[in-house]
Amino acid sequence: MSLTPQESKYLESKIGRKPNPLELQIVAAEWSEHCSYKSSKKHLRILPKEGKRVISGLGYDSGVLDVGDGYVVTVHIESHNHPSAVEPYGGAATGVGGVIRDILSAGTRPIAILDGLRFGNIEKDNHAMWLFKNAVRGIADYGNCLGIPTIGGEIEFDKCFTNYALVDVASIGFGKKENLIQNKAEKGDWVVLIGGSTGRDGIGGSQFASDKLEAENRSAVQIPDPFIEKLVIEVILEARNQKCIKAMKDLGGGGLSCAISETADALGVGIELDLSLVHKREQNMSPSELMVSESQERMLVITDTKKLVALKKICEKFRVPYSVIGTVKEDKLMKVKLDKNTIANLPSQIVANAPLLDRPSSVPKYLKNITNIKKPKTPQDLSKTLLRMLSNPNIASKQWVYTQYDHEVGIRTVVKPGSDGSVLRLDNGKFLAAKIDGNSKHCYVNPRDGVMGCFDEACRNVICTGATPIGMVDHLQFGNPEDPEIFWTFKESVQAITDYAKYFKIPCVGGKVSLYNETDGGPIKPTPLIGVLGLIEKKPLVSQKIQNNDLVIIVGTTKDELGGSEYYEYIHDLVGGKCPTVDMKLSKKIQDAVLDLIQSGMVQVAHDCSKGGLGIAVSKLCITNDIGCTISLEKIPSEKLHADELLFSESHSRFLLVIKPADEKKALALLEKRGIPHARAGKFSGKDIVFQEKTSAIVRVRVDKAQEKWLNSLGALVTHG
Amino acid sequence: MKVAVIVFPGSNCDRDMHHVLKDVFHLESQLVWHTDALPKNIDAIVLPGGFSYGDRLRAGVIAAHSPVIKDVKKMAEKGMPVLGVCNGFQILVESGLLPGALLKNTSLNFMCKWTEIIVKNNKTPFTNKLKLDQRIPIAIANGEGRYYADEKTLALLQKNNQIVFTYGEQVNGASLGIAGISNKAGNVVGMMPHPERSAEQIINPKNAKPASLIFESLLNTLGVTA
Repeated sequence: MSLTPQESKYLESKIGRKPNPLELQIVAAEWSEHCSYKSSKKHLRILPKEGKRVISGLGYDSGVLDVGDGYVVTVHIESHNHPSAVEPYGGAATGVGGVIRDILSAGTRPIAILDGLRFGNIEKDNHAMWLFKNAVRGIADYGNCLGIPTIGGEIEFDKCFTNYALVDVASIGFGKKENLIQNKAEKGDWVVLIGGSTGRDGIGGSQFASDKLEAENRSAVQIPDPFIEKLVIEVILEARNQKCIKAMKDLGGGGLSCAISETADALGVGIELDLSLVHKREQNMSPSELMVSESQERMLVITDTKKLVALKKICEKFRVPYSVIGTVKEDKLMKVKLDKNTIANLPSQIVANAPLLDRPSSVPKYLKNITNIKKPKTPQDLSKTLLRMLSNPNIASKQWVYTQYDHEVGIRTVVKPGSDGSVLRLDNGKFLAAKIDGNSKHCYVNPRDGVMGCFDEACRNVICTGATPIGMVDHLQFGNPEDPEIFWTFKESVQAITDYAKYFKIPCVGGKVSLYNETDGGPIKPTPLIGVLGLIEKKPLVSQKIQNNDLVIIVGTTKDELGGSEYYEYIHDLVGGKCPTVDMKLSKKIQDAVLDLIQSGMVQVAHDCSKGGLGIAVSKLCITNDIGCTISLEKIPSEKLHADELLFSESHSRFLLVIKPADEKKALALLEKRGIPHARAGKFSGKDIVFQEKTSAIVRVRVDKAQEKWLNSLGALVTHG
Repeated sequence: MKVAVIVFPGSNCDRDMHHVLKDVFHLESQLVWHTDALPKNIDAIVLPGGFSYGDRLRAGVIAAHSPVIKDVKKMAEKGMPVLGVCNGFQILVESGLLPGALLKNTSLNFMCKWTEIIVKNNKTPFTNKLKLDQRIPIAIANGEGRYYADEKTLALLQKNNQIVFTYGEQVNGASLGIAGISNKAGNVVGMMPHPERSAEQIINPKNAKPASLIFESLLNTLGVTA
């Protein structure tokens, strides 16, 4: 918990003296990687942040998008990896709490949660199973109690997460544009700390998260209390309605140190606070403990003298503890007092802006030969392979997870979890689609192509609901940035996201970087996560029940791209090969065409073809609709491939569209006219999932058997081990 | 016609219920904070779902001791329609307005899913527009939703026609598959499933009409002609 020699020197030169021990603690918290982004900040500047719907410049912790008619949507993503790896229940729960408060900070009501979870191989690793079960329970207990629906997410298991966990939580908020907090403060305004009391939990959490996970540092993990959080939400929203909030910030990593310095810096003011006034849950806490405690469910609110009484009244109505801990000054200093004595006095601009680093980077050695692999032999019985793929925890239905999350509360959830993207109705008659996607296996084999694929997949998922992508958030998770090879993968990812975002004109409205994700076993695979929001002006595509003789059209080309695929890794235990790539120009054409087909009303069901490839995508349609299907493999637009490759390649920019026979001509004509690779791949009927070459069946699996594998495998694994 | 929706600290389906009563069924709905007195001239009371007091001690038990519950009891005795949904049902049970208890689901997990309930009593203020044995596609979301009562109580419930809804499938291990019950007089009804999540077609993946009849029954009871 200290500064590097260079940082110490820099600090001393800036403040013209040696900092005292408390000041050093405050700066160390704020200058941790977790809070300062000192390794990543320079590189993040290339991400396109502007767009016609983006409202920026008010210093929010979340991205704000204008969705018309006087309404805005806010979005943010965070992770809570280190804490969740030690104490999965509390770590995951407080991860939800933290991102919710970021949404609240803008003055919007949180209306949805999505979570991305990653663990080791739960089929073999009991500890990974324990982490998984408890992280899910933590998210459920917290989100359910708040009454914020968890509408979607994704889960991945991979050996690289052994003894570790990635718990990413995204949240979406909704509100009126006129209610957005303006984030302004003037001399004489009051600084009020609202919510949970401050204790000795989460001490130094941000530094803990800025180093590799070595020892179990339990005191650095925060304790969740969703009931207080729920009350804090209602207090803040009522205070917002009564115009009691001039500026606001949530207390997260770095506790008061970060909240105070960042607020003062962002508002261009000074803040003087008295630690003796902070409401505490433990006795004899030292000033440095108070400054860096990451106790949860706390908000920092700035109000003026006129509104202070009303704000106190609202807190009292909900019986939420608060303390008026300081005042706004003109001097741009953060001055910490204990009763009468000044114990820290620093320029907030210095504290809030760590000196940025130029980390060296170099191409990882492992990449040199990774595409150079010997292809596995095609299995004798591909029907068996398909069934095994369906019960693969990375592919099997996640209903064991999402049925534990209240995904209906708030009565906005039109398209529910378990679909491609989820859809919420908004108060202006429009609809919002959301999805997060990541793929550590692809990103390991090729960091650049891998993350671009995740972006493309998230877009495809929201497009399947009939939505146009309007904004994205990214969460960049890597190992130790001091390792040039790891830092190279980070830089590649940022470049790929930038390229895609610019080409598709999807602004990056928020994000987070999480580094030092490693254990004694080594770093995690590069795991950037992409969240995409889409807007539907009129009507979402809600999947219609597939009927006998309905047709399936495949859009896009299937290529020899099995590197990082579930097929290679799960069936053949093979890491390597060529990872799927995105041809942005073609992908854009395909996405536009699919949206046009959906909006024309011809499409009964649109399904993204991704993890597990065509074989899994077709099976899922059959399983969820309780109907068989026959697919002619020779019709699939593809490179020259073996049957197993055709079935399980995870090439991007592919969709399956279910249409009525009467619409076949029109739909195919549209695709033909736009020069998009496509085919009428088959027809639904009967009780078997069949993939045939010419007339001989390569795969024949009964739908009920496939259902049993896909629906129950994960639940059975959790329940019976 | 005025309906009071009581809001406890931790209620989280209060605004959903308010929306459905007000915007879908055009009743005059008013959110009432649990320490405030019940407004005058109300015609019905709803206790919404959520996690009052964070489910501490036991779901619903602290809210059952809120000041407002005394008033609710008085109104219930006078025959006013009272509906408790999910946590509202738990509060009605904990306050003694309804018999029995709600235990952890047999799965030991929180369960959020769509299921069907079957109307077993269509004489209550909330079911009089439904047919006996009519099936209602409806959302459930709870951790402690397993209705339990001893044999004697169950026999009385049956004898007095107090079982209002049962599940159409085995959901959580509830005694006699009970999803909702009424008091002896029939005016107080508690149910674990969420009618307010199920009465609008846009969010109901099956058919919203049957669940909407729960609200239309209330309109009917209050003498509002649609």
